[in-house]
Amino acid sequence: MTNWKALLLTATLATGIAAAQGMTQEQLLKPLGDDWPTYSGDYSGQRYSRLKQINQSNVKNLTLAWSTRFTAGAGNAGGGRGGRFGGGGVPTIVGGEGTGDAAGGGGVNIRASVLKVDGTLYFATPDNAWAVDARDGHELWHYFWKTKGGTHIGNRGLGMWGNWLYMETPDDYLVCLDAKTGKERWHVEIANFNQQYFSTMAPIVVGNHILVGTGDDLDEPGFLQSRDPETGALQWKWYTVPQQKGDPGLETWGDLDTARHGGGNVWIPGAYDPETHLYIFGTGNPSPAYTNPPGRNGDNLYTCSIVAVDVDTGKMKWYYQTSPHDTHDSDSTETPILVDGTFNGKPRKMVLHASRNGYYFTLDRLTGEHLVTGKYSDAVNWAKGLNANGQPERNPEKDSTVAGSLVSPNNGGATNWPPPAYSPDTGLFYVPSNDAYAMYYLTETDPRGAMGLGGKEEDGLVSLGSYLTAIDYKTGKVAWRHRYPGTSGNLANGILTTAGKLLFAGDIAGNLVAYDPANGRILWHTHLGNVSNAPETYVLDGHQYLLVAAGDALYSFTLY
Amino acid sequence: MLKTTRVFLPLLFGATLILAQAPQSPPPQAGRGGRGGGGGGFANAYPQHAAGDPAAIDRGKAIYGVQCAFCHGSDARGGEGGPNLLRSELVLNDQKGELIAPVVQNGRIDAGMPKFPLTNAQIEDIAAFVHSFRVGGYDISRNRPPTILVGDAKAGQSYFQQKCASCHSVTGDLKGIGLKFEDPKQLQNYFLIPGGGRGGFGGGAPSNIPPTTVTVTSASGQKLEGRLNRIDDFIVIFTQADGTQRSVRRDGDTPKIEIHDPLKPHKDLLPEYTDKNIHDLTAYLVTVK
Repeated sequence: MTNWKALLLTATLATGIAAAQGMTQEQLLKPLGDDWPTYSGDYSGQRYSRLKQINQSNVKNLTLAWSTRFTAGAGNAGGGRGGRFGGGGVPTIVGGEGTGDAAGGGGVNIRASVLKVDGTLYFATPDNAWAVDARDGHELWHYFWKTKGGTHIGNRGLGMWGNWLYMETPDDYLVCLDAKTGKERWHVEIANFNQQYFSTMAPIVVGNHILVGTGDDLDEPGFLQSRDPETGALQWKWYTVPQQKGDPGLETWGDLDTARHGGGNVWIPGAYDPETHLYIFGTGNPSPAYTNPPGRNGDNLYTCSIVAVDVDTGKMKWYYQTSPHDTHDSDSTETPILVDGTFNGKPRKMVLHASRNGYYFTLDRLTGEHLVTGKYSDAVNWAKGLNANGQPERNPEKDSTVAGSLVSPNNGGATNWPPPAYSPDTGLFYVPSNDAYAMYYLTETDPRGAMGLGGKEEDGLVSLGSYLTAIDYKTGKVAWRHRYPGTSGNLANGILTTAGKLLFAGDIAGNLVAYDPANGRILWHTHLGNVSNAPETYVLDGHQYLLVAAGDALYSFTLY
Repeated sequence: MLKTTRVFLPLLFGATLILAQAPQSPPPQAGRGGRGGGGGGFANAYPQHAAGDPAAIDRGKAIYGVQCAFCHGSDARGGEGGPNLLRSELVLNDQKGELIAPVVQNGRIDAGMPKFPLTNAQIEDIAAFVHSFRVGGYDISRNRPPTILVGDAKAGQSYFQQKCASCHSVTGDLKGIGLKFEDPKQLQNYFLIPGGGRGGFGGGAPSNIPPTTVTVTSASGQKLEGRLNRIDDFIVIFTQADGTQRSVRRDGDTPKIEIHDPLKPHKDLLPEYTDKNIHDLTAYLVTVK
């Protein structure tokens, strides 16, 4: 009996120790500093690092520590061909339910956030995951998922809990990998591939919840779900659109069948407020996106909204809709940022969000109460103005029409998935923005509308310019913005701010640039060719590093 | 021309599909739209039912027409009270009628669907018909609207006199402009941004847009000029009149850079236009023979 108890106790301790060796909740709750353990670095979404070894006085000395290019696919399976670019010929571990044929041998474009935990980097592209030694960039392992197909538009990164990594696949599986070896522990189906769901989101780990989202460009309903980190079993699933009679929000649709097929997909990670246990995230466009069948009559809740869901129960606490009855595929999925600051002279807990539709919002994050709306793109013309609750009011004349509507933003949006950032030093919110116009022609005149994103032809015209834009959360007004030189523009990539009074971002010409976050003054740059994710920073052996992806390569910079 | 267009469109849409969520493509020059498209790109990435036996599809179509079409529409996209079947989870998961049969044979009484005394074989045929439709979220249209011409040509002419005539003339550079496009949509996109806004069907745009040029003035007052190749915050690259390429380093406001964009007047109009102005101009320009 005593022995048995002792054995049990030992076993329990061993489990506890094993879990403690990897990623813990305590580590995830820390403000962003030495490591980068989750999509935005920490739960706030601010992408503000407390590190200041690299700062305004020495950033001009920043120098390349290493760079590594990566090859996707099953190439190294079975210890075949060695890596040409420092891959070191590590074997590729192959998993998956499909043949892998659909993915082809396409090029690598790293859009993911890269996790940095202790001395290792972990990242993903569609169907592929890697572990890399943070000191020299050499591959430790590579995992390849043989896909059944699906939209291979990007992968936003991995989640980590204990010694396990979590990856979403375009054909709708959640795959759990051993972080040390890259070997698969299990995979579970998270959405129905037959319904044309695809999964790109970086899983977000909160306590014993793995939060996963999916995308869909047919008419299928969006949802956020929570999965058990040990088994992948479903803990709860929250639909963004009404699924049955009596569901809240159904009154904002013309009929139940349309609501049940109403889109609102969840494809970019949100932020988490440990104090209230609220996971705060954005939802995508209603479906059909561009046509207006009678079933869409109303605001179409909870599409194009910022939503707060209790991670323990999966129940919605509050919502704020940023595009009521959207007709331009204006996802509101862009990561919201949680800020404790002052508003009207009083301390306030807030959430800041710049939407694809060209409007910026400050909300109270405990209640969802609207505080501020600002328009951050001069070109935006799809709305008539703001209603009493600060929501942009759609101008139906700017819907897609047979004769054509001149609309800004274009489908790419005034902003899109590239992560925004915030600096408590300046009180400013930073977002890449683009003033682009397109003609929207309605091609589906059937009153039943089209399916998904169909029924319209969008002919892109031109961008009048694109910017790194800084917004004052207290007023919603643009505090400063830096226009990228040239006659046109394109949306730039995501942003990092640091306590070294620095802002790092890729521009639209392939440069990685350090700016003064107070005014946009340029302090340092290097030309990489195609900055494809948001820069990150961390500490390794007492030195601060800056990490960024450019296409198929990672670049690591430091001071010597 | 038509043939070229047909080849070109899927390629274009393939590229734009990526652009929609992926701002890291090169800066847009022209003609990039958002998502959309005629069956290219991701629409091919999802399971579609294998082509069924044509005889079974025909039999299924006949039974569907009699028994199902009134409620679910002759194209299965929904009708009088019945939902769109193509996007239904049950239909998408069904292979040969095995999931559809219980619903048809038992009905969904609370949802208003009666029972149908059809055999499994008949339902298999119906399933073959329903599965013969391609399912995707990117289908541009099945019913192409006849024309985009809704504007008032007279109002368009007066707008032209007011806003365009200082640079253009319908008897000079724009002579016969109305004959140069097969689809008025192309003409419309073309005058909004020449070289941009591709789309529509038929013949391409005549394009003789002068190049963007740059004047670079050094601190000492020396001027260099040429066709702009590339500019960012750190370098400007241009081709001089003699064909040589120059690259000049930029440090803030030094040297002084002036960009001459021939499309600037067109761009300046974008925030100004009403859609009626645009439609009126199109209605006018198609009459310019």
